[in-house]
Amino acid sequence: MNAGALVLEDGTVFEGQSVGAEGFTFGEAVFTTSMSGYQEVATDPSFEGQIVCFTAPMIGNYGVDDTRNESRRAHARAVVMRDARGPEWTDWLHERGVVGLTGIDTRSLVLHLRERGAMRAAAVTGDTSTEEVLTAVRSQPEMAGAALVAGVSSSEQYTYAAEGTVRVAVVDYGCKRSILRRLALNGAAVDVFPHDVDADSVAAYHGVLLSPGPGDPEPLTDETRMLEQLLGRTPVLGVCLGHQLLALATGKQTFKLPFGHRGANHPVLDHRSRRVLVTAQNHGFAVAAGDESGVTHSSLYDGTVEGLDYPELRARSAQFHPEAAPGPHDAASIISKWVEELKHAA
Amino acid sequence: MIGQAAEFDYAGSQALKVLREDGFRTIVVNSNPATIMTDPGFADRTYLEPLDVEGVAAVLRRERPDALLATMGGGTALNLARELQQAGILDELGIELIGAKIDAIQRAEDRELFKSTVEGCGLRVPTSRVVTSSDDLAGISLPAVVRPAFTLGGHGGGFADTPEQLRAQVERGLSESPISQVLVEESVRGWDEFELEVVRDRADNVVIVCSIENLDPMGVHTGDSVTVAPQMTLPDEAYQELRDAAIAVIRAVGVDTGGSNIQFARDRFSGEIRVIEMNPRVSRSSALASKATGYPIAKVAAKLAVGYTLDEIPNDLTGTTPASFEPTLDYVVVKIPRFAFEKFPNADTTLGTQMKSVGETMGIGRSFIEAFVKAKRGLEGDFEWRPDNLHPWFRRELEGLQAEEERQRTLPPVYRRIDSVAGEVEAPSNYYYATWGEQDEGAPQGDGKRVVILGSGPNRIGQGVEFDYCCVHAVQTYRELGYEAVMVNCNPETVSTDYDTSNRLYFEPLDAESVLAICEREQPEGVVIQFGGQTPLKLARAIEAAGFAILGTPFDAVDLAEDRERFGKLLSDLGIRCPDWGIARSGVEAAETARRIGYPVLVRPSYVLGGRAMRVCHTEEQVVEAFHGVHGPTLVDRFLEYAIEIDVDALCDGETTYIGAIMQHVEEAGVHSGDSACVLPAQSLGVAASAEISSIVKRLGPALGVVGLLNVQLAVVDDVVFVLEVNPRASRTVPFASKATGVNLVAAACRLAAGEKLGDLDLPAERPPRQVSVKAAVLPFARFPGADPVLGPEMRSTGEVMASASDLPTAFAKAERAAGRPLPRDGAVFLSVRGDDKAAAVPVAAALVGLGFQLVATHGTARTLRGAGLEVDEVRKVSTPGEEPSVVDLIRRGRCNLVVNTPEGGSGPRSDGYLIREAALAARIPCITTIAGASAAVHAIANARAETALSLQERIDVETSARAS
Repeated sequence: MNAGALVLEDGTVFEGQSVGAEGFTFGEAVFTTSMSGYQEVATDPSFEGQIVCFTAPMIGNYGVDDTRNESRRAHARAVVMRDARGPEWTDWLHERGVVGLTGIDTRSLVLHLRERGAMRAAAVTGDTSTEEVLTAVRSQPEMAGAALVAGVSSSEQYTYAAEGTVRVAVVDYGCKRSILRRLALNGAAVDVFPHDVDADSVAAYHGVLLSPGPGDPEPLTDETRMLEQLLGRTPVLGVCLGHQLLALATGKQTFKLPFGHRGANHPVLDHRSRRVLVTAQNHGFAVAAGDESGVTHSSLYDGTVEGLDYPELRARSAQFHPEAAPGPHDAASIISKWVEELKHAA
Repeated sequence: MIGQAAEFDYAGSQALKVLREDGFRTIVVNSNPATIMTDPGFADRTYLEPLDVEGVAAVLRRERPDALLATMGGGTALNLARELQQAGILDELGIELIGAKIDAIQRAEDRELFKSTVEGCGLRVPTSRVVTSSDDLAGISLPAVVRPAFTLGGHGGGFADTPEQLRAQVERGLSESPISQVLVEESVRGWDEFELEVVRDRADNVVIVCSIENLDPMGVHTGDSVTVAPQMTLPDEAYQELRDAAIAVIRAVGVDTGGSNIQFARDRFSGEIRVIEMNPRVSRSSALASKATGYPIAKVAAKLAVGYTLDEIPNDLTGTTPASFEPTLDYVVVKIPRFAFEKFPNADTTLGTQMKSVGETMGIGRSFIEAFVKAKRGLEGDFEWRPDNLHPWFRRELEGLQAEEERQRTLPPVYRRIDSVAGEVEAPSNYYYATWGEQDEGAPQGDGKRVVILGSGPNRIGQGVEFDYCCVHAVQTYRELGYEAVMVNCNPETVSTDYDTSNRLYFEPLDAESVLAICEREQPEGVVIQFGGQTPLKLARAIEAAGFAILGTPFDAVDLAEDRERFGKLLSDLGIRCPDWGIARSGVEAAETARRIGYPVLVRPSYVLGGRAMRVCHTEEQVVEAFHGVHGPTLVDRFLEYAIEIDVDALCDGETTYIGAIMQHVEEAGVHSGDSACVLPAQSLGVAASAEISSIVKRLGPALGVVGLLNVQLAVVDDVVFVLEVNPRASRTVPFASKATGVNLVAAACRLAAGEKLGDLDLPAERPPRQVSVKAAVLPFARFPGADPVLGPEMRSTGEVMASASDLPTAFAKAERAAGRPLPRDGAVFLSVRGDDKAAAVPVAAALVGLGFQLVATHGTARTLRGAGLEVDEVRKVSTPGEEPSVVDLIRRGRCNLVVNTPEGGSGPRSDGYLIREAALAARIPCITTIAGASAAVHAIANARAETALSLQERIDVETSARAS
């Protein structure tokens, strides 16, 4: 096995071995605490531009399967593991050009990122000069301020499910297949639109789902403006980035979390029912607390806003992932109930 | 609250702790004295009473609690709660059952109800049929599994591949089931097995604390399986399917609050799942899950039972986040069971649906193989494991076994924290494990005085929870004395491995590599080895050689007591008698020694606990046979017949000795002290013998250099006192002695080891307690079909119970009830005794007739009894041909209420005696195998009185005031 290393922008180096694609890649170093679903994570567009460290120590145990892809390609730039198990998984990384590092002291890396925050990094294989890599890392753009949806959104409109009792438009900021699958399973016909669709093109649908996606929501001014024009005309459900855009469109602020929420065990309190949902999460930015209007859900970890509801606008959103994949299904009804309501209104 | 045996001590003590913190007045009922939960300081009122309806109802009537929590004490507690409800006692007293309600318990435990409940939520259980008679088996397809309703640990269940096996299993299952009902179901043998630990609160929030994957597939009881957490082989979508199913099941069964364990079978190829079983309570698996994740299920469940919701309970390890989350692991945990088949010759060793292991060890590492090797290191014994149908992933990982063993032997470890959140939230946790090749985390800070306390490793016969009890007290006492107490142990079933117990917990194997690395890191003032049984003693040399101090009794004292040559010299220097003895290295040498000292002799290898391979031999032939398979020097002692056997627990500060308790065994020498019933105060000792025993023990303590606890075993024959054995450490009678006398012997021993003198300790005057306490052994014979259920020099009990009263018969009768062998008050008694016992059997039989019992006996015994003028029904032996029912038939048909059967020496597995004892066991009829035991039982039947049960706290008050007056 070739040598491999993760070089963080603060100069910390974690050494290991390379088990995926060779070469080097830049990205924001983050970690996820989900114990299963490595392939779903690697293909989730929200991990675009990121180097993902798995806290679960053994990754690759059950191989790979095309049905688990959340999009057409891998989006994580590199995956960092304590103990990669092959060969199916490591071959998969190799074939898809994803740098894979194994034998990394991942717990030290995680504690470091928790203390210092997610940061720019490079995953490199073979012999390299740390100094040169470091210079290159520091010249990369920061995640804060990065508008990444254009790079992952489909460029053309397409139909995912033609048949259904209600018609739902999905605005693709980096959508996961599981969202489309859940909409269709609940009886919706689903059309998917590029991120720069205008409000008029989707306003006639029974409902519009704003998908998750990568990067900072704040520079997405066109997308936010489209939303401002759409709100009130048809029911809207925002998920993750879609939730953050809804917040921005309704006058709230977003901010960058120190190291994000990524995992499958995050407790969220639904203020209306006083019930706790164990949720799948994957976000580096969040809606600022303070203005409590419309807030329906909060994180029991750090109090950040996890859900919004504006009945007068027929708009609601969740910061977490009701489609899970990977993760628990506690919040699945957020999508199914919404579709049911669309059916009643139709 | 009601508790079961030792494995639930962790759950019970956690629950009591949080309930008291919340201001509740707590009352605990548990008959096991070797538990922390029954310590006088742990509850407001502690009752060491039999866990039967009569015993618990009496406590409830006396104490009038508002609520009963039965979900912490295993199946025993849950069944009791059901019986108390059915008897109308809970309603009569207005006591609310909290945790799981009766209807939920019924839905989980009753097979038919469970099946319809599971099917009601769209899931499947294996196809099955309820059977209440072995004549109702037509049309059942094989292979099938037989599961009795309402039994402990799947007790009495098993597989059947043929119609004959099916019939036999069903008969066995029906007799085991308290409601005579079994389920015969589709066998999913060979499917993968998963368990999920689920917690629910009254607001219907549900979290999965842990997933556990069994490496031994379906068909092997999970307690006997090698298991791993978290699950290793399922992709997310398959795991979530199980998670959804588990949540659906806990809701449908309707467990209001608390933890449940749900078991699934999953076909590796089709992905089909079946729901196998649910325990609506904390379980052995939930203890494992708590230790594996750092999520204290019992503690959380207790808080939920009194009305909290999950989001209101903090996660102890982070302190800043709530318990309403699912632990995520950045390490792997492997559990390996420990068996004791060598103790049960002829027992069927096939693993099946009935649990046969006696303990377990858990290993934590950053990979599966690392954790596996650590668990194996913690086992302290051979590991023969040949799983069927092992998942190919595990098979491949296990190919790295030897390389990993080598790595762990040679590389220095570093330590990692267990924090339940994989590092996502800051957690100043004190719970550590070792790994290799990464950074160290959370090294001890400051220059506080530290002690390292070594635990006792996996439970085994002869080294059970009694030692964990001692270790926990050692931790508590050193903490009180201002030390940082550092605990090392690898047994997940214990209180010592609760991270709440010590200042720092290292969940590590108890071998030299691991213990020395921890000492190196902690730099303790000393290492405490006298409370963990043999396990820490074996490490003493290595610890001293590495330059660390042993606190209290120096290791040389152990060596002096164990080295028979040295010990023999010490005794003769002190003028103390011991039975004649010799050391032999072969059968021939042993026979010579035996000739010299005279028969009968006791043959045993040195350095053994629990009487491993110990034999009483009456002939040269037996001596040679006893040597079979024994290696190394072996002791040959003159065996003293008809002796009174005495156990003394004492304290010594190096100069002065304090007698804590003088206990008398009920069974005579020859029955292992761990299996014999034991009475405090000793009943048959004269004043002179008592004084001599005290004097001997007081000379031995300083002579051995004991600083701490000392246990001496003695035999008294015609008022002549012999020393049999000295153990300069905590013995298994320490918890019993402490509870009977009200003096915490372990706490006192720790203070002595820390440098205090006996005079500093303010101990009460030495005097026998006023109350009579009896300790009785809990014997696991029912789990080992094929093994002869007879008492002997080899220890085989897996637990103990205690009962106290104002006189011996009452205490003895209560102890027998507590051990699950209630003595009959009337009916028929079958007697069959060996030649030597025939004379002694006559007064016992006469007493039984006087009490109104009818006597039944086989030819030889019947003749003796008739000769003494007693009326006896004679019955045919199995080996005697004949048409009329044999004794075994009578027992099976429930026509006997008590069996007294003393075995001839060297009874074979198919002998008449064996068949009688086995039949009694299967029919749940008390079977007494010694005349001394029989005479104690008869005395108890005749004289036991109804007496108000007193709590431990009240009894200690009685003892204290008696001493003061």
